Amino acid sequence: MKPGLSVISPGLHTTVQDLGRLGYQALGVPVSGALDTPSLRLANALVGNPVNTAALEILFTGPRFEVTAPAVRVAVAGAGASLVLARAGQPVPAWLSVRLVCGEVFEVRLGREAVCAYLAVEGGLDVPQVLGSASTYVRAGLGGLYGRALRAGDAVPLVIERAPERRERRLPSPPPAGARQPIRIVFGPQHDGFAEPALRALVTAEFRISANADRMGMRLEGPRLQHRAGWDIVSDAIATGAIQVPGSGQPILLLADHQTTGGYPKIATVISADLPIVARRRPGDAICFAAVTVEEAEALAREAEHRLAAALASLESVPAAGGDIDLASLYDRNLISGVVAADH
Amino acid sequence: MKVRFLSVGDTGLAVELGDAVDRETSRAVLRLDRALRAARPVGVVETVPTFRSLLVHYDPLATSRGELETAIAGLFTDDRSPPPNPRLWRIPVCYEGEFAPDLDAVARLTGLAPGEVVAAHSGVCYHVYMLGFLPGFPYLGDLPQALALPRRADPRLRVPAGSVAIATTLSAIYPFESPGGWHLIGTTPLRLFDPARNPPALLAAGDAVIFEPIDASAFAAIRTRVAAGADPFGGGNPSP
Repeated sequence: MKPGLSVISPGLHTTVQDLGRLGYQALGVPVSGALDTPSLRLANALVGNPVNTAALEILFTGPRFEVTAPAVRVAVAGAGASLVLARAGQPVPAWLSVRLVCGEVFEVRLGREAVCAYLAVEGGLDVPQVLGSASTYVRAGLGGLYGRALRAGDAVPLVIERAPERRERRLPSPPPAGARQPIRIVFGPQHDGFAEPALRALVTAEFRISANADRMGMRLEGPRLQHRAGWDIVSDAIATGAIQVPGSGQPILLLADHQTTGGYPKIATVISADLPIVARRRPGDAICFAAVTVEEAEALAREAEHRLAAALASLESVPAAGGDIDLASLYDRNLISGVVAADH
Repeated sequence: MKVRFLSVGDTGLAVELGDAVDRETSRAVLRLDRALRAARPVGVVETVPTFRSLLVHYDPLATSRGELETAIAGLFTDDRSPPPNPRLWRIPVCYEGEFAPDLDAVARLTGLAPGEVVAAHSGVCYHVYMLGFLPGFPYLGDLPQALALPRRADPRLRVPAGSVAIATTLSAIYPFESPGGWHLIGTTPLRLFDPARNPPALLAAGDAVIFEPIDASAFAAIRTRVAAGADPFGGGNPSP
């Protein structure tokens, strides 16, 4: 078995994801990729990877690993998430890289604020590119590790099995999770298939994310969105963020693994800047929508990208003196055996 | 032709060219798709042709809906001719026994004999309207009127890969095991989607398809060759 990260427990749904499989939607292949792309990009930057490098996406509950490679550098990205070391009581917070040596056992723990987080490893995961992407699409067994979510006993192979000792990196001002923020939408493409009260309800009522939520989409509970005529349209193509409304009138917000086409009317589409915020919410959370124009949505996409670029540029080396939290080198030198605080 | 531009958030622009499922509308969609792929406007990520519309996925950091609409409006021509030489695929299908779990029910519902259902299904040339639902899943039309049925009232949780199905005015082939609500009247030994192949999907929108009945022993022979990675067509398919 190739050394890397040995999966002790897989978490509820841990998959390999990058920025997605573009260019094959006309053949029915979903884009897949990270639900929260800014967090994936930041996780990669923290360990010095190109931002599109494949990492582990962790949903709902975190996995537990043993390091079986000589030394690895990892970072967790995700609001409130942390990396809990079996030997140390104090968790390593998100947005900070850390080097771990062979034999170290750690768990990724999700916080209250976000239901998804990313674990990036320096050098990336050694998985094949399938149709230009390492992203896992479970339904067709594409990409990732054996085309499926991680299981106990899996070995996650790594490109770099001996991460060099160097100063770690951290993100000084982590982005807010956006837990209470209204989610911006653009009406359409089939909003004209709905009566006025349904259009009004979408942007005034509070919806709740049902237990029926996964990487394909989340069913929302709230007022019934009444169709004007029928709910069976001629199938057309779907964009990520589409809010489709089947006959029940209960909307489904479609995420990265959504089918490329479908036959339900789509009342609105969540703007790209707010998709990561949606992805962080958990079943039971409230969700409200606010309408913007396409032009406003495009401007918000540019703003979000500028904010992310600023965050990527703001990564700093952790000061070696006093604040050194290179656990691996500390363990290597037998200087400590337990608690390491990372309270910057 | 009435053209409608529909908003699909800040990353998509749908160009709707008609209301109905028919070959003329489909050909107009595919013609626009080809023109757009050839023109390659800045910021277009990919395009997805469907029955009556084309979804243009775009990068809002590289272009805008306004710019795209202008670029796309310039691509319409008066050319109504069909595309030159659509690929014609002859897809072997076993319509027997366990390979055709709903054949008897379809015969009952349509008032035909099972053999007449097979003859009708394999007696026409289909147009691939679009791929969707699953990687490589083709929507084929139009089904002979005598076979038109609504979807099953009770969808199956597991439809086997290779199942040839019918519902409404369409036929389809399931590339992967999946849930499904269509009537299963046969099975093909071909692999509809293989990520190691380029392109990975056997069929593409705009192709033509004829189903050719085979018996169980021919099915087994072709499946063995497919599993071994051989070209099941022996170089004879597709023909222009």
